[in-house]
Amino acid sequence: MSEELSKKHTKLVRILVFVAVAMFGFGYALVPIYDVLCEWKWIERDRPDDIKQVSEATYKIDLDREITVEFITTLNESTPMEFYPEVKQLKVHPGEYHTVNFYAENKANKVMVSRAIASFSPALTSSYFEKTQCFCFSEQTFQPKEIKIMPMRFVINPDLPVSYKTITLSYTFFDNTDKSVNK
Amino acid sequence: MSAVAEHDDHHDHHDDHDHGPAKGLLRWVITTNHKDIGTLYLLFALAMFFVGGSMAMVIRAELFEPGLQFVDPAFFNSMTTMHALVMVFGAVMPAFVGLANWQIPLMIGAADMALPRMNNMSFWMLVAGVLLLASTLFMEGGAPNGGWTLYPPLVLQPITVGKALPFAIFSVHLLGISSIMGAINIIATILNMRAPAMRLMDMPLFVWTWLITAFLLIAVMPVFAGAVTMLLTDKFFHTSFFNAAGGGDPVLYEHIFWFFGHPEVYIMILPTFGVASTIIPVFARKPLFGYASMVWATASIAFLSFIVWAHHMFTVGMPIAGELYFMYATMIIAVPTGVKVFNWTATMWKGAMTFETPMLFSIAFVVLFTMGGFTGLMMSIAPSDFQYHDTYFIVAHFHYTLVPASIFILMAAGYFWLPKWTGHMYNEKIGQLHFWLSVISVNILFFPQHFLGLAGMPRRIPDYAIQFADWNMISSIGGFIFGASQLLFLYIVYDTIKGGTGEKVTDEVWEDASKHGLEWTLPSPVPYHTWTTPPSAVPTEHVLDTH
Repeated sequence: MSEELSKKHTKLVRILVFVAVAMFGFGYALVPIYDVLCEWKWIERDRPDDIKQVSEATYKIDLDREITVEFITTLNESTPMEFYPEVKQLKVHPGEYHTVNFYAENKANKVMVSRAIASFSPALTSSYFEKTQCFCFSEQTFQPKEIKIMPMRFVINPDLPVSYKTITLSYTFFDNTDKSVNK
Repeated sequence: MSAVAEHDDHHDHHDDHDHGPAKGLLRWVITTNHKDIGTLYLLFALAMFFVGGSMAMVIRAELFEPGLQFVDPAFFNSMTTMHALVMVFGAVMPAFVGLANWQIPLMIGAADMALPRMNNMSFWMLVAGVLLLASTLFMEGGAPNGGWTLYPPLVLQPITVGKALPFAIFSVHLLGISSIMGAINIIATILNMRAPAMRLMDMPLFVWTWLITAFLLIAVMPVFAGAVTMLLTDKFFHTSFFNAAGGGDPVLYEHIFWFFGHPEVYIMILPTFGVASTIIPVFARKPLFGYASMVWATASIAFLSFIVWAHHMFTVGMPIAGELYFMYATMIIAVPTGVKVFNWTATMWKGAMTFETPMLFSIAFVVLFTMGGFTGLMMSIAPSDFQYHDTYFIVAHFHYTLVPASIFILMAAGYFWLPKWTGHMYNEKIGQLHFWLSVISVNILFFPQHFLGLAGMPRRIPDYAIQFADWNMISSIGGFIFGASQLLFLYIVYDTIKGGTGEKVTDEVWEDASKHGLEWTLPSPVPYHTWTTPPSAVPTEHVLDTH
């Protein structure tokens, strides 16, 4: 191979290796880019961080409409807990406040830090579902075998588009003990 | 004078080891010859085609009737996952790299690949990667069974992976590095080592499509490596990229994966287009219609592949604006792809066509790939996709674009170039038999899956409701015939290498082929070293259109 060709190869290969390494970095850069894009107003999706506490406002109760709210509970992987809502289904009028209790029990003999993550179906209803009190706002610490009755107080904003008749709210409890800073 | 003599001496001595291949089996381990490495890639891909095919046979046997007959559900899911991984990373991609190794230097008048030692290394890393992946089959908990896309949180759960996940991830890393090295080599060869007479727009289309594919590989394989690395750290090092409890989001994985995954499907189809554009003109005895538009169409498809990924995930939740954007962007791909299909058809139009096996496979490719393309268009319509998503309809779609497209063209390439490589003619009768059995059975195999999908049968399940029984049985029968027919191809490859029909093939093998490509001006079989001095002129028949 001539000297000149060898130089051409070296130069090209350097550029291409740089591109490959940069694309590996780009894969990681997609993580913050994704977060930024999801903050954009026109990207309407519910993210765990969106489910924030709101202060109690007074709405005009819309007695003409009735929305069915369903509660689903799930445990992630093998989180050693018992977890269920005291009512599975509720018929509510928009603007009306309700409190639902959730039963949670740590079945393990150790302190556990866990976090409940909410998910709405249909997803676009999440911004109309306002919570004034919820166990899902922060991590929950359970003593060994501790039982907690956890309330969740909510109101459905009467601005909810009329096409929505049923909202399903799902909570998944994740065992965060290993990852938590609140140990 | 003395200096010159000394130099000559030295030169002779230096050339000594270049006369032929090394003796014995070690030749294949240490070889840096592009033809040897091409052969290794092709034989390895052929072996993996049968390994992946056997897994497909397990799947079709289990689905022959409703109920659980032969395997347990976890193993069934391992089979669907491993079938995909082996076929994509072990069979189709390496087969095209093998063709690139053999053909690109011959077609552009280069003595070898640009970086021969790296070439050897990419092949052996591929073998290591696939062996690592295959080793998971024998592990506690079995091979990965969460689907080849490795979606979290499913793939992170102990029930779906056992001990296999880190092995599968490291295997993806090795396969990725191997492909990236192969791609760098191909780009360096094409850009730096063309015969001086060959301008970029004189290059055969196979070379063009591989140049573009190589750039795709370099751009997306690292992104996939990054995504699986995140899975690895989520599983073992307490990061939360995809873990909702830690602020992560599993949907993010799907975005990163498909940013790789969509270009990946074009990595498997663009070289297919290149081979089809090489074979069809030879048997139509006409120059390729629309050479320049073929080049531009290939480049457009490659560019579009980067901006359409989320059409794989219309159902996971996206703003309406996103659904619309990805829907229309996806539909645009039909334009350059349509240009190609019309160009192939126009190449055949009023040609003096003959129907040898490679041409038959190529024509079947044009017809059946177009059908796969149409079902792709159906699914690009976001609201319709909600119906088709994760059903057998998508299974039928991508198998039409991979089996009677990529695989058929790989078969065609085998029939087309084997006589050149070996100097022996394959048995045309058995070749034709192989073609007709394949083309009929592949449709019996995959066409009913459209009906099953539209009727709502989900993919990746070992058991199904009884209303799906009949079409599944027909599909399985097609599958068994297709699988068995491929043994004919194995026989033909073996037979041709061993001497074939005994007919002496000419240098150009196919009538007037030397007008279409440089490789046909070399002797048959191709000597171990070729183009040590580059050709002075290049055939321009295939680019007549542009000059």
